[in-house]
Amino acid sequence: MARAPQTLFDKVWQRHEVAAESAATPAVLYIDLHLVHEVTSPQAFAVLRERGLPVRRPERTLATMDHSTPTQTAQVFGGAPIAIDSAARQVAQLERNCADFGVELLALRHAQRGIVHVIGPELGLSQPGQTIVCGDSHTSTHGALGALAFGIGTTEVGHVLATQCLLQRKPRTLAVEVHGALARGVTAKDLILAAIVQLGVDGGTGHVIEYRGDTIRALDMEERMTVCNMSIEAGARAGMIAPDETTYAYLAGRPRAPQGAAWERALAAWRTLPSEPGARFDREVHLDAARVEPMVTYGTNPGMAIPIGGEIPHRQGDAAFARALAYMGLSPGSPIKDQPVNVVFVGSCTNGRLSDLRSAAQLLRGKRIAAGLRMLVVPGSQQVKHAAEAEGLDRVFRDAGAEWRESGCSMCLGMNGDVVARGEYSLSTSNRNFEGRQGAGARTLLASPLTAAASALRGRVTDPRELM
Amino acid sequence: MQPFTTLTSRTVVLPDANIDTDRIIPARFLTTTTRAGLGEHLFADWRYDEHRVARPDFALNRPDAAGCAILVAGANFGCGSSREHAPWALLDYGLRAVISTELADIFRSNALKNGLLPVVVDERTSAWLMAHPGAEITLDVAATTLTLPSGAAVRFPLERFAQHCLLEGVDELGFLLARGAEIEAYERRA
Repeated sequence: MARAPQTLFDKVWQRHEVAAESAATPAVLYIDLHLVHEVTSPQAFAVLRERGLPVRRPERTLATMDHSTPTQTAQVFGGAPIAIDSAARQVAQLERNCADFGVELLALRHAQRGIVHVIGPELGLSQPGQTIVCGDSHTSTHGALGALAFGIGTTEVGHVLATQCLLQRKPRTLAVEVHGALARGVTAKDLILAAIVQLGVDGGTGHVIEYRGDTIRALDMEERMTVCNMSIEAGARAGMIAPDETTYAYLAGRPRAPQGAAWERALAAWRTLPSEPGARFDREVHLDAARVEPMVTYGTNPGMAIPIGGEIPHRQGDAAFARALAYMGLSPGSPIKDQPVNVVFVGSCTNGRLSDLRSAAQLLRGKRIAAGLRMLVVPGSQQVKHAAEAEGLDRVFRDAGAEWRESGCSMCLGMNGDVVARGEYSLSTSNRNFEGRQGAGARTLLASPLTAAASALRGRVTDPRELM
Repeated sequence: MQPFTTLTSRTVVLPDANIDTDRIIPARFLTTTTRAGLGEHLFADWRYDEHRVARPDFALNRPDAAGCAILVAGANFGCGSSREHAPWALLDYGLRAVISTELADIFRSNALKNGLLPVVVDERTSAWLMAHPGAEITLDVAATTLTLPSGAAVRFPLERFAQHCLLEGVDELGFLLARGAEIEAYERRA
């Protein structure tokens, strides 16, 4: 009898089983690439020290610093100390851990440093068919290349450092089928927000998503990364997109991608990865891309999003919903459009890549942001920063009145000095609008870089299509 | 890890759905290099006002919540980031189990690795627990039961390996290190 057709996920999982799962024990899954950062690794290295264990595969491990690092040039390159003492200690601890355990570190002043989920693909390290983990839930980003990539806790960071393996139960599969063309002014960010609304913030729990369909095939790599990045906001640990010519063209020639004969061998292997016709998914969801509009969140989780022309819904008798709106200072039945904003943030592992900066700059070129508004533009990596500067995007942002920073997670999570003040509204291209995410009492509205730029110009939530 | 066999305690209830890890412990408290002392910051922006004064209406601040080791929460508790600081903070505060109709994947995995018992129950049991904060209940890991004050017991799912690790206080790293030969064999053929 012929073997049952397999999904992309099935293939990657099966190829990494050191030992298959049984009723008694989870699978032992081999990890190809382990990305490490300063916030979720110190306690893991401490366990290795306590037990006298080495890092098993330093060559499969790459560390960088992004979460608690400052984005102000003076603190990165100018010799000024890192303003937050505890963050400075964390950075120093990672330097010591990497030196002691022989792990390569792209340290604070390294030209290839950046947000861990931006630099993996950018360096060509993240590749189709790999298993990739990091102590960060947005590791799902790397699934855009056809990898099985997921976030882990610090105990598991220790497991991978010591054994290059994890104990895992096999998740279920969820196909998100997207068809139709995205309309002008509608981006990958709007698409994934619309998908999260449809799935719910827990709709992907226990599942790995495969994004499929002609809309997904038509996305470029950076757009695919934006989509896969937010899989976790639907509760799915991983999101994957089958590799294709777009993927291979993106990877070709990147510094850590295979070269020469090795590239040809890798390519042949990658071509065997896509889900086979007739492969079964545990669940399927369909989305019509042509009907997606620019999306904005109004509440305190990414599933609380509406089309930019829509009204905030009523949910009678839902106390948590009422509490979320009270936190946001917004009312059911009112439009989100024209809501005044105090801060606009363009950056993060969701929307901090070169195409995102170009997208925002296209609306800002030759214009000024609204009086009294603060706009922060933070490239996802130092390489993104240099590429943007090479084409003059930094000038566009500065001339418009925005601040141009060194790379890092910055205002996405308010732990590095870049914060939104209590009660202020922030239109942000990041991934989470949780209470306090951008600072205690901060009110976050998530949207695309286009919507962020349009809103910065008017100082209120603005449909970018009005300015295009 | 300490073995976890049974736990009898009163409950404290946070009925909201989708309590995310930023609510459990805001990111600004993650610039630490140890796991100690995080309980002080558990639910920080919910528990304290902007002057760091305890809000009297927050469930954990009420006098009858003192000593409760079981948290009952709304669906999808622990969604969001992978920060293990969330279970570390809950444990450091003195909580040893979290009950919900649904727990986020990474949070559940992190909880188990630290001996914080994740208990998923049906809607009816959850509704009863929500309506009776402070109820004294018993969680039994070997029997995988939650026993209500009435004596009625409901089962909760717990896979065998996780149950074994909890009961014996086994940590997974030792288990993985013992598979060294298989890992080497995999590396040779991969």
